[in-house]
Amino acid sequence: MAELLNVEIVAVEAKVWSGQAEMLIARTTEGELGVLHGHSPLLGELADPGNVRIKLADGEEVAYTVNGGFLSVTSNGVTILAETCQPAVASAANAH
Amino acid sequence: MGAQLRVLRRRIASTQSIKKITKAQELVATSRIGKAQERVAASLPYAQAITGVLTALASNCDVNHPLLVARPVVRRAGVLIITSDKGMCGGYNSNVLRTGERLVAKLAAEGKNPVMYVTGQKGATYFKFRGRELAGEWSGFSQSPTVADAQEVARTLITAFVNGADDDLDSPGPDGILGVDELFIVSTKFVSMVTQTPQALNLAPMHVEEVQGDKGLLPAYEFEPNAEELLDALLPKYLVTRIYAALIDSAASESAARRRAMKSATDNAEEMIKTLTRERNAARQAEITQEISEIVGGANALAAAGSED
Repeated sequence: MAELLNVEIVAVEAKVWSGQAEMLIARTTEGELGVLHGHSPLLGELADPGNVRIKLADGEEVAYTVNGGFLSVTSNGVTILAETCQPAVASAANAH
Repeated sequence: MGAQLRVLRRRIASTQSIKKITKAQELVATSRIGKAQERVAASLPYAQAITGVLTALASNCDVNHPLLVARPVVRRAGVLIITSDKGMCGGYNSNVLRTGERLVAKLAAEGKNPVMYVTGQKGATYFKFRGRELAGEWSGFSQSPTVADAQEVARTLITAFVNGADDDLDSPGPDGILGVDELFIVSTKFVSMVTQTPQALNLAPMHVEEVQGDKGLLPAYEFEPNAEELLDALLPKYLVTRIYAALIDSAASESAARRRAMKSATDNAEEMIKTLTRERNAARQAEITQEISEIVGGANALAAAGSED
């Protein structure tokens, strides 16, 4: 299996989620993108509000709705910076 | 019952109920310090992440964003002072207001026209009582500020700052709105449970620090959309983070100051109850002694009157 990606979602008030995942899918102002391990460094502004989906190694998926968010990919992993962030409703998490 | 004794009993009772109130305030403040400190700790990951992102951005593009460039002539300077909504917190408000006044005086001495913004009921009342004009005031969240509160404050400040770009010497420029050319924030830094220091910080324009050396190690970022637009979107958010950090730090300081003030008030009430109880006992004893001597005196007088018959 492919190597895992370090994912961190931090909102202004608290760290929301952190852990290892297979893939992170987010929508920037330019379009949707998926990040895998080893992605080249990237800074992006997320669509507002935007959905962020994290595919875990066991096939489960975690989804968040992010307001005023940014995406930063470095060699260490992905960081999502959000002004506010709520877990997305279950239907949105499964619709893909 | 003697008048003196009655007065003393009443004073003891009222001191006891004051002590109950201050003790409750002290306990509430103590539990709030912990919560406020947790919030400060919880906000650190975001602050670190946004600083890292900004560093990467600033080293990858030209830094001539309006929020980053110092204006050649500063006519009006905005000062945001963070105070509490409620009192009973010792010198907390007067300390931060004094620091604010000092900054305002310094700005005025430099020929700048200070514009005041205040959060917290106490600060707003302070300036209104003195008939000083406030450009903006917010209250109701000094104990538990949220990001939304910080955003609201930041929106006003950033608008004023952006509007200040085209102002003439005394009149608003082409946009017709008087803005500011500099922004400062006066808040209280939580040093420890017993020490909280007021501090004045520069908020905008931000200073870009050149870090020597290690530049080659920064990864070559791709930007989406592009670096300038990202900087445009990120800098206001960074200001919100700065204001939010100041608000929660001040909230922790407020609770710590209140805990200390209420602790000493409780101690003083205890001391007073002790003194008053001693006085009451002495007064009661004096009254009993007087009654006995009156009875003895009366009986002696009666006995003397009987033997004369």
